[in-house]
Amino acid sequence: MADNNAVPKFAAYICSGCGIGDTLDVGALEKIATREGKMAVVKSHPFLCSTEGVELIRNDIANEGVTHLCIAACSRRAKTEAFSFPAAVSRANLREGVLWVVAEGSDHDEVRQEMAEDYVRMGCAEVKKMTLPLGNPDNKAESKRILVVGGGVTGMTAALAAADAGYEALLVEKSDALGGFARNLVKRVPFNAPHAEPVPTGIDEMAARVSSHPKIKVALSTTIAETAGAPGRFKVKLSNGAEETVGAIVQATGFTTYPLDKLPELGGGQANVTDQAGLETLTSAANGGAIKRTDGKEVKSVVFVQCAGQRGSGGNGDGTHLDYCSGHCCATSIKQAMYFKDQNPDIDTVVLYQDLRVPGMGEDFYRSAQTKGVTFTKGKVSKVTGGNECTVEFQDLILDEAASAAADLVVLATGQVPNAGVNLDEWTAINTLAEGGDEAAKQQRTALVDNTSVLKLTYRQGPDMPQFKYGFADSHFICFPYETRRTAMYAAGPARRPMDMFQAQEDATGAAMKAIQAIENVSNRRASHPRAWDLSFPKARLEGCTQCKRCTVECPFGAIDEDERRFPLFNEERCRRCGTCMGACPVRVISFENYSCDTVGSQIKAVNVPDEFEEKPRILILACENDAYPALDMAGLQRMTYSAFVRAIPVRCLGSVNTIWITDALNSGYDGVMMMGCKKGDDYQCHFVKGSELAFYRTSKIGDTLKQLSLEMERVQTQEVAITDNARVVQLINDYVAQLEKLGPSPMKGFG
Amino acid sequence: MTKKQYAFYPGCTQQKGASGSNFTTSIQLMNEKLGIQLNEIPDWNCCGASIGYGEGGELPRLAINARNLALAEQHLPGQDMVSGCPACWLSSRETVERLHEFGSLMAETNEALKEAGLAFKGTVKARHMVEVLIEDVGFEAMKAPVVKSLEGLKIAGYVGCQTNRPFGIAGESFENPMYLDHMIETVGAEAVKYDQKVTCCGGALAFSEPDKAQNQIRQIVESAYDHGAELIVTPCQLCQANVEIYQSEINKKHGTKLAMPVVYYSQLMTVAYGGSAKEAGLNGQLIRAEKLEGFANK
Amino acid sequence: MTTATYKNSFLKEVEANVEDGHMVKMCMQCGVCAGSCPLGPHWQHSPQKLFMMIRAGKREEVLTSDSMWMCTSCYNCIVRCPRKLPITHIMHGLAHYAHRLNLAPAKQPTRAIAKLFWDNLVKTGRVNELKFSLAMYFKDGFGQGVKNSMAMQGVGLGLVKAGRLSPMEILGGHKCQDQNGIQKIVAKAREIEDKRRGLA
Repeated sequence: MADNNAVPKFAAYICSGCGIGDTLDVGALEKIATREGKMAVVKSHPFLCSTEGVELIRNDIANEGVTHLCIAACSRRAKTEAFSFPAAVSRANLREGVLWVVAEGSDHDEVRQEMAEDYVRMGCAEVKKMTLPLGNPDNKAESKRILVVGGGVTGMTAALAAADAGYEALLVEKSDALGGFARNLVKRVPFNAPHAEPVPTGIDEMAARVSSHPKIKVALSTTIAETAGAPGRFKVKLSNGAEETVGAIVQATGFTTYPLDKLPELGGGQANVTDQAGLETLTSAANGGAIKRTDGKEVKSVVFVQCAGQRGSGGNGDGTHLDYCSGHCCATSIKQAMYFKDQNPDIDTVVLYQDLRVPGMGEDFYRSAQTKGVTFTKGKVSKVTGGNECTVEFQDLILDEAASAAADLVVLATGQVPNAGVNLDEWTAINTLAEGGDEAAKQQRTALVDNTSVLKLTYRQGPDMPQFKYGFADSHFICFPYETRRTAMYAAGPARRPMDMFQAQEDATGAAMKAIQAIENVSNRRASHPRAWDLSFPKARLEGCTQCKRCTVECPFGAIDEDERRFPLFNEERCRRCGTCMGACPVRVISFENYSCDTVGSQIKAVNVPDEFEEKPRILILACENDAYPALDMAGLQRMTYSAFVRAIPVRCLGSVNTIWITDALNSGYDGVMMMGCKKGDDYQCHFVKGSELAFYRTSKIGDTLKQLSLEMERVQTQEVAITDNARVVQLINDYVAQLEKLGPSPMKGFG
Repeated sequence: MTKKQYAFYPGCTQQKGASGSNFTTSIQLMNEKLGIQLNEIPDWNCCGASIGYGEGGELPRLAINARNLALAEQHLPGQDMVSGCPACWLSSRETVERLHEFGSLMAETNEALKEAGLAFKGTVKARHMVEVLIEDVGFEAMKAPVVKSLEGLKIAGYVGCQTNRPFGIAGESFENPMYLDHMIETVGAEAVKYDQKVTCCGGALAFSEPDKAQNQIRQIVESAYDHGAELIVTPCQLCQANVEIYQSEINKKHGTKLAMPVVYYSQLMTVAYGGSAKEAGLNGQLIRAEKLEGFANK
Repeated sequence: MTTATYKNSFLKEVEANVEDGHMVKMCMQCGVCAGSCPLGPHWQHSPQKLFMMIRAGKREEVLTSDSMWMCTSCYNCIVRCPRKLPITHIMHGLAHYAHRLNLAPAKQPTRAIAKLFWDNLVKTGRVNELKFSLAMYFKDGFGQGVKNSMAMQGVGLGLVKAGRLSPMEILGGHKCQDQNGIQKIVAKAREIEDKRRGLA
């Protein structure tokens, strides 16, 4: 087994396969590795990823004491299994990075060879600064239990999914019974063919299964009093005084119906105007007989108003009510219209909709309601008047005219308001004041945690998981919907996004599986998504730390707390290994075994920068390994060509880019630095959520540095790149090279 | 060779001296060559066409169509009913399908038929001439009798509505049916691509809403011209009549110079099979199909 | 403001009395029919709107509408309707029902020719194209008829010349033998249908 105490021995292996040997001077590369890279062992092989090639390396590790390898072959994203060794490994990308992207022909032989030589230099330099990650020896993960917060359909499903998979679950429910919102439904929308009739909810059976499951412990009338610790070792205090240890958390806290009294224009608060929940109550009271109003009158005509107080108060997006669609209400109204039609087909049942949204097999359910004689009218409701004879005024959107309908009862399809806990933006503002000694703010902070917080986390960054759009619990919505910014905590059900019962059950199962995955990763000392294989972990040389708090504030995952002296307190189990803390640190005291300011900085310095008379500019590309670097590889795979003057270094996330790399590069005479990261903003695609946004922010502040060096702003550029942008990255590079050529060589050349 | 036997339902327009009489002429030689024998249903009546609904309603229309079907069953047992006219076919086939689908309609229809001493058992199948050619004869066999390839003739295959919708020819798309193009190619001509292949000619509204229908017709003919066609070929009597007859009206009203001949597929085939212009009924054109006549006279 | 009832009564009437009327409620208001109709621009109310009007209880407006008489029977709407509504049949059915109730527009030309056509065919069992055409031209009175006939004279003569319009048809022309049987069938069928619809 490898260890990091052995005397380091460095080796470089150069593959001449895949055409590398035909186009590049491999002998020259070997010389570079030996003379400049100072590798003790340098070998080339015509087919390095073959069994024989791999065996060659394995033998050197086992018998020659090789501890560090630079593999100069294909991209680090290729042949990962073949080139997985018990040693620190760097990869020089000769195939996708040189051979496939530099234009063919002898005209380009010189620049192509120079590019390859630089990559070999860089690979050798990088590996010298690396050690083999072996996992955090201080990992204290001890529990594989899953805490499920909320005992509705989502929570019960998550607990059952976890328990059925063999993991213990602790289900905490604040009310005195399981079932949540669904407990009060008379029937539910069907999930199975023929999708034609409302069916029993099955909530009682589900609750009974949960209560009797040997692996599930249920705590009713209970809330969370405090959650401390980290994945694999959360210490949870409950309101009933119990203290529990859990490994991961599923937050299934559901939703609240939008308050009717906020909808006076739609008759909210007036007699015989109710919401969908209210109609369930009336239907339940009817007990299979005629549905009656609260005044006892039998309902002979009913109008359902869809999107009541939803979708921006009638599509304006003005934030008056809810700006979003709650997803379930159309099918719910269809079901409720059937309550009437099934009881008495003569009841006039009108559903007023703008867009009837019944995805999937909901279409069959819709059709079934039409068959039963439910009238669907496309109209935008402007006013509802309650009372003995209710009226609904609307614009008929098909006939394009103002119309009105009379009814004994009006049902408003109102939306779901998530129960997601404390809004961290609000909390942070109050907390900042409180930390500054503001007494009122301190009380506000306590009240917020006591009254609104769900998880009551003791995290530096606040008591709940961050919220996404519209106050829903966090979700990496575009790429990894289950992921949150709190490792091993997963939001599921309507707390995460508006959804129906069927979706909530799928969501809950997914969250339970993610929780299990997180628990297994942490107990194996590995990171969680997206670097689930990663055994490296951040280390801080606290003696150099200035307690500036940037790392604790900027960590997208709330992984870093602070000790009493305001030093960062790393919770490795929460860490996703993105390196954002490393990028943030102004004094560069944070590093990973195989990824640090030095591993990248030494690569930047290893590049041979020609002087200004050679007319060979050098452009550094720092490419995010999640999207931009794969896009560059794909460009190579498709044989698109870009300038041989660029030198690309993959980074874990643009958030990990420390500005020292940029100043180092510019000082060394590079003509430009281009950073490629993921999409930022509301619809971010950054795997680490905030990384690319932080990088953009940090580089926007780099102007001063450039000014000091008397350099133009254009010398540093940041781009958003998606994994599918293979043609675009080529364009970006070539445009940038052309732009820099116009600008002329960097005046820093020769001073580095 | 034993001939394939069919109960033939000519329809009103196919009668002697009627607007589709040149179709009737042209299928003689075609059927001869292809081994098809059409046995006219005795005393058949009008189907009600696509306009009869206004006064006729539902059941009377079903009943008069059932009368034809009943006569076919009675006099030509075991033979499929074949219509030359799409409207006749549509009415008959719709009648068969609806009476099979709704037992009550079948009973009511038979109650009405009883008045004339008839009964419909529901054994007969209602088919169109084109279906017989494609399904029972096949494109290969349609090619066999060709003695004059119509090479060089550019034709817009105008399918129109009622052989295409709502039933259509099995396996064809409603939006771009290909069977007529294949038939054109079978006789060696070129089927041009154009965008009005399945546009409605206005149907019976050519009478009641002439301007609207003529607007449709103009689009069809102009598109055929724009895509290089020298001739329009159609399987439908109403399409043929509307598109041919009203070109002069359109010219009068709009100053256009439309003079696109419109013939039936059967006229094309008869010429390709060696028939004379007369045998192909080409003397029945209002706009002479001179190029096609040229082939016939070769 | 139209205070439509948005009650089911007219929908139920349509379901009971109009050919395929039971499918009206299945329309999902996508508008494909309206966009597929060759005479779409000439309809005051597209099929989509007619279905909505029926559901809104607008009996008078629907039955007096000129719109369904614009149907050319091209069946494009039928084959495109994602809900498989037999739209052409429903249009025919609505037109016929409005005609029978005598609510359809009096001067509607398609209504007029539909009646002429049917009467023509019931008389002899087969349609006499010449008599039908002449009756059509003269439907708006003698003077207009002469004008119409003159206008179409060229076409008529062309057809005669081409052997596709026989002047002899005026003397009787093609007809069925069992005309009496046909008339009895039609009368009986109408009687049954009227009884079913409560119109008898």
